[in-house]
Amino acid sequence: MRIQALIIRIIRQFIRDKRSIALLIVAPIIVLSLMYLVFNGDTYQPKLGTLQLPSAISQSLSTNGAIVSTYDTVDEAEAALANQEIDAIIQLDGTTPHVKLEGSDPARNRSVMMLVQKIMQEQAPALSQAAQPPAPVFDYLYGAADMSSFDNFGPVFIGLFAFFFVFLIAGVSFLKERTSGTLERLLATPLRRWEIVVGYMVGFGIFTGLQAVLIAGYTIGVLGSLMVGSFWYVLLIMLLLSLTALSFGTFLSTFANSEFQMIQFIPIVIVPQVFFSGLFNIESISPWLRWLVHITPLKYGADALRNVMIRGEGWGSIAIDVYVLLGLSLIFMAANVLALRKHRKI
Amino acid sequence: MSGPEACIQIHDVYRTFKSNEVIHGVSLNVYNNEIFGLLGPSGSGKTTLVKMIAGIDEATSGRIEVMGTQMPKLEMMKHIGYMAQSDALYMELSAKENLEFFGSLFGLRREKLKKRIHEVMELVNLTSHLKRTVGHFSGGMKRRLSLAIALLHEPEVLILDEPTVGMDPVLRKSIWDEFDHLSANGTTIVITTHVMDEADKCHRLGMVREGSLIAVGTPDALKEDTGSATIEGAFLYYGGVRA
Repeated sequence: MRIQALIIRIIRQFIRDKRSIALLIVAPIIVLSLMYLVFNGDTYQPKLGTLQLPSAISQSLSTNGAIVSTYDTVDEAEAALANQEIDAIIQLDGTTPHVKLEGSDPARNRSVMMLVQKIMQEQAPALSQAAQPPAPVFDYLYGAADMSSFDNFGPVFIGLFAFFFVFLIAGVSFLKERTSGTLERLLATPLRRWEIVVGYMVGFGIFTGLQAVLIAGYTIGVLGSLMVGSFWYVLLIMLLLSLTALSFGTFLSTFANSEFQMIQFIPIVIVPQVFFSGLFNIESISPWLRWLVHITPLKYGADALRNVMIRGEGWGSIAIDVYVLLGLSLIFMAANVLALRKHRKI
Repeated sequence: MSGPEACIQIHDVYRTFKSNEVIHGVSLNVYNNEIFGLLGPSGSGKTTLVKMIAGIDEATSGRIEVMGTQMPKLEMMKHIGYMAQSDALYMELSAKENLEFFGSLFGLRREKLKKRIHEVMELVNLTSHLKRTVGHFSGGMKRRLSLAIALLHEPEVLILDEPTVGMDPVLRKSIWDEFDHLSANGTTIVITTHVMDEADKCHRLGMVREGSLIAVGTPDALKEDTGSATIEGAFLYYGGVRA
């Protein structure tokens, strides 16, 4: 009897908790849909640049699913490769195909290599009358043949963890301020709303700075993730990513009434970001979903981290990402100042 | 007495949350130096009313002035001490750290801050617990610390939402003695309570029921006018239950 009463009470409570029902049903559907779209999107078409390649081979590359661009000079092709317009340059060195890969994404490298090997098998009789087709030579602009997926994903993961934990902790702390009544007490002092927001950003900013040093140091120093560029840039990007998470978390906490409701934001705002952060090829995401990439803070952070850590690039290639992260932080902070109006108009 | 001056003027104030009107046209003057009690059951709208006086909430219509300034006004916050119904303390910090934090928000520094912390802690009889973590305090101790924080910046107007809940009678008496002392020295105090015997100690009382002010007057006058021996009897009378 008592158990029955308990069950009924739980059912009644749960039915009144619309948010938990939504989390239980809507969120998994959203996440599963995203995974479906991410993994079942178009297969990746390698983008190849050709240098004085026989047209038969170029055509065969196209019909096998590559996007082929023709270049006249080595410089043009190299520039396109460095700008990631193409994934590899193919030229013939006598009868030996020479392939130069961009190299920072093992998945792309593989897809280029597979395609080239397949074409060589097909074209072998046309190229030379020899029974054995010459083995293609591969070299790399960035990275190396032994670059692991972790080297590739490492920068994304450190960005992701920095973002996720800061988001949660900052969000929950700000929420606690509200549920414990201390926010009301703060608002009964001459403290301005923007001062509260800035105070939180700076106070937590100190800890996120520490976190950035620890995570980046551990990944690079202990786990031995590939690291070509400047450690200071890595710290700068991570700090900005954390600040974005901080402002985003405190802002979203305005829409939660308990710690539990804060947790419920994870599948809505964190998990989708993982998909768009660069762990998966953005080009294989369904085109109608691709625009989402441009509003995910994690994507900018991860892109910049990859540029520094794998490609060893400098300020020029991360400047835009840095400005976007800074801009997003400021937008979320301003939104938070406005959201606090709910508690005090002035 | 040549007509005392009004410290707090409430003029025809309404407050609506979404479509739910919780304060229905309250008008009231609280005079300088008086201890004014707002008496009413929980849910009657006392807290909403004092929040609007403290400038945390804003009236949907009507006007509230404190010391001649229309509320809410940020500059007025330093003249008002507000103690909410919840203790609103940082449980992880010590009593001293809590006091230092709120004191700094009101612009108290160094020696002045130290002196005031010492004075208010003496007042609420917590001096020996200054360094203890607030999370380990009893309910009554938290209430006293919360009161100490409201007194810290020596506000001209004190707004206290059920300040003596959970305190033992001896301490409650000493706190009330301090209220009398503060009022004699020029502080205006607004106190909400649902304890009828506490209401007796206020200079004047406003009885609040379902968002309306049903009676205002000195405790004695209210009892006399209704022919009842207790405040409770007067409340029943104005509430429509004629005994």
